[in-house]
Amino acid sequence: MLQGLLNWVDDRFPLTKMWNEHLAEYYAPKNFNFWYFFGSLALLVLVIQIISGIFLTMHYKPDGATAFASVEYIMRDVPYGWLIRYIHSTGATAFFVVVYLHMFRGLMYGSYKQPRELIWLFGMFIYLVLMAEAFMGYLLPWGQMSYWGAQVIISLFGALPIIGEPLTLWIRGDYVISDATLNRFFALHVIALPIVLLGLVVAHILALHEVGSNNPEGVEIKKNKDANGIPVDGIPFHPYYTVKDILGVVVFLIFFSAVLFFMPEGGGYMLEHANFIPSDPLKTPEHIAPVWYFTPFYAILRAVPDKLFGVIAMGAAIVVLFLLPWIDQCKVKSIRYRSVIYKANLTAFVISFLVLGWLGMEPATPGKTLAAQFFSLVYFGFFVVLYVTSKNEKTKPVPERITK
Amino acid sequence: MRNLLIAFFLFVPSLVMAAGGAHLDHAPIDLTDTDSLKRGAKSFASYCLSCHSAEYMRYNRIGSDLGMTDVEVAQDLVSTRDAKGEKTKIGELMKVAMTEDYAKQAFGTKIPGLSVIARAKGADYLYTYLRTFYLDDSRPTGMNNIAFADVGMPHVLWELQGLQKANYKTETDADGNEKQVFVNMEMVKPGKLSKEEYDAFVADLVNFMVYMGEPVQLERKSLGIKVLIFLFILAILAYLLKKEYWKDIH
Repeated sequence: MLQGLLNWVDDRFPLTKMWNEHLAEYYAPKNFNFWYFFGSLALLVLVIQIISGIFLTMHYKPDGATAFASVEYIMRDVPYGWLIRYIHSTGATAFFVVVYLHMFRGLMYGSYKQPRELIWLFGMFIYLVLMAEAFMGYLLPWGQMSYWGAQVIISLFGALPIIGEPLTLWIRGDYVISDATLNRFFALHVIALPIVLLGLVVAHILALHEVGSNNPEGVEIKKNKDANGIPVDGIPFHPYYTVKDILGVVVFLIFFSAVLFFMPEGGGYMLEHANFIPSDPLKTPEHIAPVWYFTPFYAILRAVPDKLFGVIAMGAAIVVLFLLPWIDQCKVKSIRYRSVIYKANLTAFVISFLVLGWLGMEPATPGKTLAAQFFSLVYFGFFVVLYVTSKNEKTKPVPERITK
Repeated sequence: MRNLLIAFFLFVPSLVMAAGGAHLDHAPIDLTDTDSLKRGAKSFASYCLSCHSAEYMRYNRIGSDLGMTDVEVAQDLVSTRDAKGEKTKIGELMKVAMTEDYAKQAFGTKIPGLSVIARAKGADYLYTYLRTFYLDDSRPTGMNNIAFADVGMPHVLWELQGLQKANYKTETDADGNEKQVFVNMEMVKPGKLSKEEYDAFVADLVNFMVYMGEPVQLERKSLGIKVLIFLFILAILAYLLKKEYWKDIH
């Protein structure tokens, strides 16, 4: 009976074919480690954000006069509204945690290298859209930090020559952040950007399944196939990685719930204290800081004394990541078989990113600005050193097959 | 529009929020102490709610959370009347009778709502702020505040606390600049409550404001414990399932 129904569908839609291509007969390397949980977790968080977002949209009012009150209405009067709101706000932070770890995995094991350049590019576009999505979402609670954070970030576009001022006006739809800005950010946050995001995620996964997954050894498993054309070091994604990812999901949810239920404000880094004061165009908060996931780039922006060059440096810090597959010319993928120089270089890069993230939250002092300048140089230095050293890098021999 | 912009740029530097780096006393917060929350709710309704609103909070939410009957809520907490002149219903939001225009005339500024003030400012700030008003002739209200320099709010609770003056001493810092450093408070005219009684009174009030900032917080934590227990059990099962499937992979 069920088989008959399945046959009927399969004659009209490639259901079994898709199931096999992407799960049951998608052969993934058998040696995925801890770092390989974060791709599926990113997908999970995306689903969490979309579902919780839909329910928030049912009660939220994108109107300068009522937005702040509608969030408190959700927190108090909507049954379990507080839970949905905290899921969404915690989800935003979780999204960036998971995505940053996912990207770091790509750096460590050279997952962006030939033939996976497009996967990396799609991924970078996902990251870019995610930043826009988070930035616009943060305006919606319409608190002081929503308002002034957006004011600061949008005014950055004003630094561009000639088109700067008209561009900021066009983005805001007004001379200051206002109801018009709130309305358009709401439209972009709930419709436009999620659609783009979903399309990019599909492209990211299709490209991955076309070339196959990389692994901690950086060995191409498709080079060693058995008589049936199945990679000898590969295992079907389903059931092996589905059951493994279920474990990853549950462990992730433990951390997620611990934050959600016991520290939903994230110590003022996820929901900033000043954002519990309704937005007021006449009162600037004493200290304006973007939410934590933007602060490394914000620190780079502030490190440069000139506003225009600061904006350019901040943009370059993100653009340069897109070029990584061509900056890194080393043939060896995994960090396990790369030189000490690469290991040291990557370590310095991670440290600079974390320190810049911290500096971006702090009020600027001369000492901290100097530190931000130093670590900005380390950040960009990673790419310069990589470009110079990777071509003739002293690497260790890479094994033919996955042995551990 | 142009005028608004000009006003905007003129006001920004002058209206930077007053918070300062004053030392804050630790507020003894205990949200499980329902009696303290009830006392705080009553004080809030009688002292704060005449000028400040708590416009996201409903009267009967306090009743149901703190175990007060509808009659008690109406008697103890509600003192405003609606447009028809009838006593405000307990299902209403805790709005304030004073209009925004009147407030601007009287105090020169909009009066902030207090529903989520504890989340914005923190309990310790509120606890310190409400206890550190002192006499200062240079201010329009005759009062100033340690936690909130040049505060606009009059010391509403002065009859309870009494009037105190702040003693300062002059210190010279490393750069040779003289500056005034706060030493202690000196009671000039005692109020109805002793110092300990007044501290306890403010503690109850701040406790209530912390509750009001997020009425669901106790429920949130108790649900969180259940969710975590469930997830831990699920994690064990997920681990065993994974182990079973992977036993033939080498």
